[in-house]
Amino acid sequence: MMRTLLIRGMLVGLAAAALAYVVAWFLGEPQVALAISFEEAKAAATGEVHEHEVFSRTVQETFGLITALVVYGVAFGGLFSIAFAFAHGRIGDFRPRTTAALVALVGFAVIYVVPFLKYPPNPPAVGSEDTIGSRTTLYVTLILLSLLTTAVALYAGRRLAPRLGGWNAALAAVGVFAVIIGIIYAVMPEVNEVPGDFSATVLWRFRLASLAIQLTVWGTLGLLFGGLTDRVLGRRAGVPTAVSV
Amino acid sequence: MANVAVPSGKTVPLRIPVREIVPWAVFAAVLGLALLYFVGAEQGATSIISGSTVHEFVHDGRHLLGFPCH
Repeated sequence: MMRTLLIRGMLVGLAAAALAYVVAWFLGEPQVALAISFEEAKAAATGEVHEHEVFSRTVQETFGLITALVVYGVAFGGLFSIAFAFAHGRIGDFRPRTTAALVALVGFAVIYVVPFLKYPPNPPAVGSEDTIGSRTTLYVTLILLSLLTTAVALYAGRRLAPRLGGWNAALAAVGVFAVIIGIIYAVMPEVNEVPGDFSATVLWRFRLASLAIQLTVWGTLGLLFGGLTDRVLGRRAGVPTAVSV
Repeated sequence: MANVAVPSGKTVPLRIPVREIVPWAVFAAVLGLALLYFVGAEQGATSIISGSTVHEFVHDGRHLLGFPCH
């Protein structure tokens, strides 16, 4: 059972990466290109010597991007199937496709949207090389804190469920999550390295593209995995202990 | 169906036992984190392999997926 779910999760992650590439190609790459031309214009103006390129832009925006998306999709596809296995039957009486959609929604919010709002993604030409270490540490720390806060909120929700009922307990859990994340946002340092003369439009569109790509990845994970699993697991609902392999 | 554990006739979704999930969870976590490390941080914040080949190759994905870069 678990082996099947894990493999399915990774394959669905592959499909998610394929769809995400289409979104990245049409929405993301034009903004990356604009940011790079800004970077180059600036380098030319200051008389900076152009660095030797390891890979051409063509390789970066095709094979490189596809590889990154596939690795990301397969990694989160696998982790998603594990989260689904833990959640199914334990977060409420939902059919598999509902559980999958909820897990994907939570995963998207916790792993991407929460860090996005505090440390939004930046196109090339934004961000100093000297601060890459501290910025990565802050980003990863925020993801870990977001996951930890989710665990606290889930625990609170489960404790409150018998008294408040499922719906209100879920709302209370979201409230607990929002309050703790708000405090974390207030405490963690701000990062803003956008050059003053960088196009606000390019920055906005780049960030929206990033959001769209992630929405595609998590949306595909939730809906496609859910649809496929619903057909197999759904029929067996109502047989509480019939778990074979 | 003589000794069904559920008191009502309500159907209960199938639960996968935790002990069955855990070994796979460990496997997926180790594999997943290693993969994500190479997409998100290698040759940026930290480096296992010297040079900038990995960074340059996954460059666009790293930016667009939201990881800090440059």
